[in-house]
Amino acid sequence: MDLSAINPVLLIASLMVAATPLLLAAIGELVVERAGVLNLGVEGMMIVGAISGFAIAVETGSPWLGFLGAAVGGALLSLLFVILTQVALANQVASGLSLTLFGLGLSSLMGQRYVGVKPPQMPDIHIPGLSDLPVLGPILFSHDLMLYLGVGIIAAVWAVLKYTRAGLILRAVGENHDAAHALGYKVVRIRIAAILFGGACAGLGGAYISLIRVPQWTEGMTAGVGWIALALVVFASWKPWRVLLGAYLFGGVTVVQLNLQAAGVAIPVEYLAMSPYLVTILVLVILSADKSSAPASLGRIFHASH
Amino acid sequence: MIRLEKRPQPSQAWSMATPLVAVLATMLFGGLLFGLLGTNPFLAIETIFWEPLFGEFAFYYRPQLLVKGAPLVLIAIGLSLGFRAGIWNIGAEGQYIIGSLTGAGVGLAFYPLEAWYIFPLMVIAGAFGGWAWATIPAILKVRFGTNEILVSLMLVYVAEQFLASMSLGLLKNPEGFGFPGSRNLQQYASAHNAEIVTGTGMHWGVVAALIAVIFAYVLLNRHMLGFQIRLTGAAPRAARFSGVRPARLILMCLGISGALAGLAGLFEVAGPAGQVSIDFNVGYGFTAIIVAFLGRLHPVGILLAGALMALTYIGGEIAQGQLGLPAAAIQVFQGMLLFFLLALDLLTNYRVAWRKPEVA
Repeated sequence: MDLSAINPVLLIASLMVAATPLLLAAIGELVVERAGVLNLGVEGMMIVGAISGFAIAVETGSPWLGFLGAAVGGALLSLLFVILTQVALANQVASGLSLTLFGLGLSSLMGQRYVGVKPPQMPDIHIPGLSDLPVLGPILFSHDLMLYLGVGIIAAVWAVLKYTRAGLILRAVGENHDAAHALGYKVVRIRIAAILFGGACAGLGGAYISLIRVPQWTEGMTAGVGWIALALVVFASWKPWRVLLGAYLFGGVTVVQLNLQAAGVAIPVEYLAMSPYLVTILVLVILSADKSSAPASLGRIFHASH
Repeated sequence: MIRLEKRPQPSQAWSMATPLVAVLATMLFGGLLFGLLGTNPFLAIETIFWEPLFGEFAFYYRPQLLVKGAPLVLIAIGLSLGFRAGIWNIGAEGQYIIGSLTGAGVGLAFYPLEAWYIFPLMVIAGAFGGWAWATIPAILKVRFGTNEILVSLMLVYVAEQFLASMSLGLLKNPEGFGFPGSRNLQQYASAHNAEIVTGTGMHWGVVAALIAVIFAYVLLNRHMLGFQIRLTGAAPRAARFSGVRPARLILMCLGISGALAGLAGLFEVAGPAGQVSIDFNVGYGFTAIIVAFLGRLHPVGILLAGALMALTYIGGEIAQGQLGLPAAAIQVFQGMLLFFLLALDLLTNYRVAWRKPEVA
């Protein structure tokens, strides 16, 4: 065992890469939940985003078109959730589960031709001067653009929710859909928009795994990240910046356990690999006592029958 | 213009009809999917639904129906109890794995002793393992208000890592020439979950599944706990006022479903699968969710739904071999079924009315 082989600067830099898929999926789900909808299909939308982004990037040779395709793929799958929960008024828990089961199957069907293929590379940015700084350079100024875009989406969601009228309406719909309906807001349309946004973000998160983090396609490669993203929204008490904090925390656990595996610590690999899931449970236990910040209409079905 | 009017009471007729309509719609759209994949849709549907039952090699496939259906029914029965009360155990896959590990572990500990009591002990250990694994989210929910959906699911990934660790370490066959995986329980008579009648596929898991169906039926219709489960599902507030203790209900529902999933795991590992190996679980715990919904959370419905889902597994394998249909296509097919079912459920609770928009 040689812990000195672990470089703290590289550790932080790779932590940010590991956190980005989580962060993207979680911020999307946060918007969905703030609108009062619980979509448990994040894992399914992520894996479909992962393969659609991968396939399009390989076929076109452009990672950017790949990410665009991933967002569209994730949103298309979430459209099925829209049909089930907003049109057919089905139970949201069951619908979300069906989305995940269907998405896992669909992705492995779509991905058959792409096993073992290498995707086009996404270059890391290089800002002369800044990227060459010791310590700060590799941590802050030498990533791919998607990583910065992820942080940008968080900032945008925060600003929209806090300072704009659209954000206020979204929150009103999530807190009390009957009152929002009485005020004349189109509850269903607003929720549909939120769900599609959540699907697109989850798709981006999935594609970040298949195009940048790994980068290749294997079946079921999201390995529960979508579910951890759901837990992360609870962890963040539905507040955008806390999603960033939480994602970096989970990214940190993932990267540290991978580094410990590589360093040959005396703990068996399997037990290290369990750690992100166990930490998720632990965090849920610590934070679940306070449910006051959850949107009041979360998971309830809305039908304008009155 | 189409309008939805809420029915005063859910329609009984539609409640029975939706699973059938959903199956037909899935056949239609699944056929389209198979067509897009370049397979003759009619041939594919015939291969999946007809071949295993009445085809040339039906004598081989019919027993498989019991082998594949039993774990699905066993797990789905347990899940349905919780689902009815709004308690969502979606980590049955993990409980299935842990049950198989504890059950097989007890059996392997006795090796090479031959005695009548080994298999019953394994059954108890399997149920206990599943129960214990499901009780973790139950206790966390009761004590800390933690979401049982997320915790039970996280524990699936933990269980998968445990399985890998066990088949490479503690339970590895010492005479296995270094290959991962335990001793083969099929070659250890006292621990083997053998067919009760040779050639029928009827093993102890099938018996357990049938008992579970009867048990659940009696529980839901004739027992106080079943009444409380149904009451909590229909009207949670009313249930609390009438003295239902939510904590007890959560512990019971998750515990029973965990124990049944653990049993399913044990019967599988000691019978059809034979040994603990890294990837011996094939997702029965997740497919059972579809079975539970397709069976309308009703014991008899689940029995039928389990048989149908087993049929798609077997038919899917045949279609894979004969028509080159990808394995994932069947998974999509099963997911589609759940979609149509949930969407068509609208008709149970709402009446679709054709009406001109009212002029205000």
